[in-house]
Amino acid sequence: MDTFIQQIINGLTLGAVYAMVALGYTMVYGIIQLINFAHGEVVMIGAMVAFSVIGALLGLDSGLPPALIVLLGAAAAIPVCMAVAYAMERVAYRPLRGAPRLAPLITAIGVSIILQQLGMMIWSRNPLAFPQILENRIFHLGGATVSTVQLAIWLVAVSMMGALTLMIHRTRLGIAMRATSQNPQVAGLMGIDVNRVIAATFIIGAALAAIAGVMVGTYYGIAHYTMGSLLGLKAFCAAVLGGIGNLPGAMLGGLILGVVEALGAGYIGDFTGNWFGSNYQDVFAFIVLILVLVFRPSGLLGERVGDRT
Amino acid sequence: MISLREFKLGAVAVAVALGLAACSKEEPTPEPAKEAAKDAPPPAPQEIVVKIGHAAPLTGGIAHLGKDNENGARLAVDQANAKGITIGGKKVRFELVAEDDEEKPDKGPIVAQKFADAKVAGVVGHLNSGVTIPASAVYNQAGIPMVSGSATNPKLTEQGFKNVFRVVGRDDQQGPAIASYLVAEFKPKTVAVIDDATAYGEGLANEVEKSLKASGVNVLPRERGTKDTRDWKAILTKLRGRQPDAIFYGGMDATGGPLLKQGRELGIKAVFAFGDGACTEEMKKLAGEKQSEGLICSQAGIPVQAASKDFLESYKTKFNVDPILYSPFTFDATNLLIAAMQKADSVDPAQYLPALASIKHKGASGDIEFDERGDRKDAEMTIFTIKEGKLGPVAIVKAGTTTKFEDFMKAAEAAAAAAKAAMGKAGEAVSAGAAVAKEGAEKAVDAARSATSQALESAKDVAGKAAGEAKEVAGKVVEGAKDMVNK
Repeated sequence: MDTFIQQIINGLTLGAVYAMVALGYTMVYGIIQLINFAHGEVVMIGAMVAFSVIGALLGLDSGLPPALIVLLGAAAAIPVCMAVAYAMERVAYRPLRGAPRLAPLITAIGVSIILQQLGMMIWSRNPLAFPQILENRIFHLGGATVSTVQLAIWLVAVSMMGALTLMIHRTRLGIAMRATSQNPQVAGLMGIDVNRVIAATFIIGAALAAIAGVMVGTYYGIAHYTMGSLLGLKAFCAAVLGGIGNLPGAMLGGLILGVVEALGAGYIGDFTGNWFGSNYQDVFAFIVLILVLVFRPSGLLGERVGDRT
Repeated sequence: MISLREFKLGAVAVAVALGLAACSKEEPTPEPAKEAAKDAPPPAPQEIVVKIGHAAPLTGGIAHLGKDNENGARLAVDQANAKGITIGGKKVRFELVAEDDEEKPDKGPIVAQKFADAKVAGVVGHLNSGVTIPASAVYNQAGIPMVSGSATNPKLTEQGFKNVFRVVGRDDQQGPAIASYLVAEFKPKTVAVIDDATAYGEGLANEVEKSLKASGVNVLPRERGTKDTRDWKAILTKLRGRQPDAIFYGGMDATGGPLLKQGRELGIKAVFAFGDGACTEEMKKLAGEKQSEGLICSQAGIPVQAASKDFLESYKTKFNVDPILYSPFTFDATNLLIAAMQKADSVDPAQYLPALASIKHKGASGDIEFDERGDRKDAEMTIFTIKEGKLGPVAIVKAGTTTKFEDFMKAAEAAAAAAKAAMGKAGEAVSAGAAVAKEGAEKAVDAARSATSQALESAKDVAGKAAGEAKEVAGKVVEGAKDMVNK
């Protein structure tokens, strides 16, 4: 039972990260029906920038409290990721607006490769040890353990998702985004600068990705230039699971996927007499993706065609 | 739409145009150039370029280790070029052709074919066992000698290929080494074995499991990750419930670091033991200072810091970074190829292959000889531990016997001291001999000198006397003549 609870805790942490990244996919899809495969790389860049800033601050011996250093790292990563996302949208996607859907999709894969190689050139091929400066206290819940980093991840993820929901439903920008997702032409006629709204969508998604990058870095203690690709793919599965284009769907999909992965990796060996090992952990995301596409193509909460964002 | 006929015509036209262009380039042979060549000095001894291939992952999760391997080979090539090597009467310039095999087993044969097409004289690599094994078949077919500096899976040299060598130990030497150390030092009752589902990780884990079971240790069912796994919590949580005394992981440092860190976070107190792929200085950073304390790991061969000073210094000067893991071995592998070519006095693979198989070489990683399979004879295994934040060797296992590292170093030092003393004695003997010779020579010179002067003096006397007599005779003659005139 302790093991089961622990697996759920692990899964929820993983799921919170997936959910944060999945939001970026789903927002962009909701507004321009583009699957931005370069989104995972934005997460990587977020983690790498934070890594550099945290490393530099530690090198200065500034005596700042560790939590503040990590916050500063995230604060530096967010604008960089926003800039990357804006540039990506402006250079690679905007010229293809109105082109057949396959063109921007392939462009997205190209952008992803470019960003990955850039990451390799800037931060080297080595797996970078993300500075472990947060005191990782461990709490015991019965036989299971929860660490402060896990608590922080949940807290940040929940508050970010709350803030995003508020923004979409309460602010002018949110209203403009919803209008654009329903019908860009009409939204334009209503005086909404559609290009600006789309750019804003990319930028908000990138900010969430940056935070997710810092989370992953702190949680696993490692950052690497390839870290974004698999994470991005899984987050994409999470978005599809919840219903792509649907914000609460992305959150739910992320959490479910995290738990499915943790439980799957933890128990598949026992159930199959070790025929399938825990190395099939990464496969669960894609099995889930296939099942969803076969049995419920619009996802758990439905693809919101009318009100996508 | 153009018709097929039109297309054909067009194609023919293009081909003709291309052919004409090619002809027009060749036809007018430049006469002046020929004359100029006559005036030019006779051609210098010809230089030939010998290509040596190097393959390792330069992208992906262990690209840093791949680059380290490549640097080792590049250093050897540059040093050989700086020395200026002559083979078969021709000056040889070596060229390193570096390829990225992406640590993908299916990319191995593609890279190998590329090397074969480029007519490389030999190949250093690949890094991963899983990539090296399929690639080795292509090298075998093309008759290209291949020396790996890091592929430890036993299968590699058991395919019966005559051209396949390795300068590191095998997993069936490494596995028992780490397993026996683990059993002797920690006496575990239950051990969990995890691998990364690669030929290397799984192969090593199998060997460890075999040895552990042979020593009566209970081994839990195998757990597996992948070469990209960062999240080990699910597996570790499961293992925590079974309370193993030790956990062995066969895999690389990029995955081993998070494994160790997450294990400690989950409160697992077991001893962690890793194979050579995760036995790097990076571990304490990747896993965290506190978490990595007490890690046991093994290396097939000697530790990087025990490589020759010469190598460590030239590497650092050239690349401005420290060698990480296998670079002393790829350095040696490259030098072995070059040395074999020199020995056979040929850069033709078929010619120098026998020389390579029977080579005796003193490299950065120690003395190298191959057995009949192409494995390194008497490969040493080193057991490391992280103590007070430092990765340091604790024991050397050679041919089944474990020596504490201190004793090994002492023995090495003693051997070095003995060699030094012997050298000193020889030096003394030489200088004594020289002194005797010098004395003798000086005496001989003196003797010769005095002999010469005596001879000179006696000659002078003789000449003087002769001259006096001649004068007298002449005087008499002159007087006689005067008398005759007077008369």
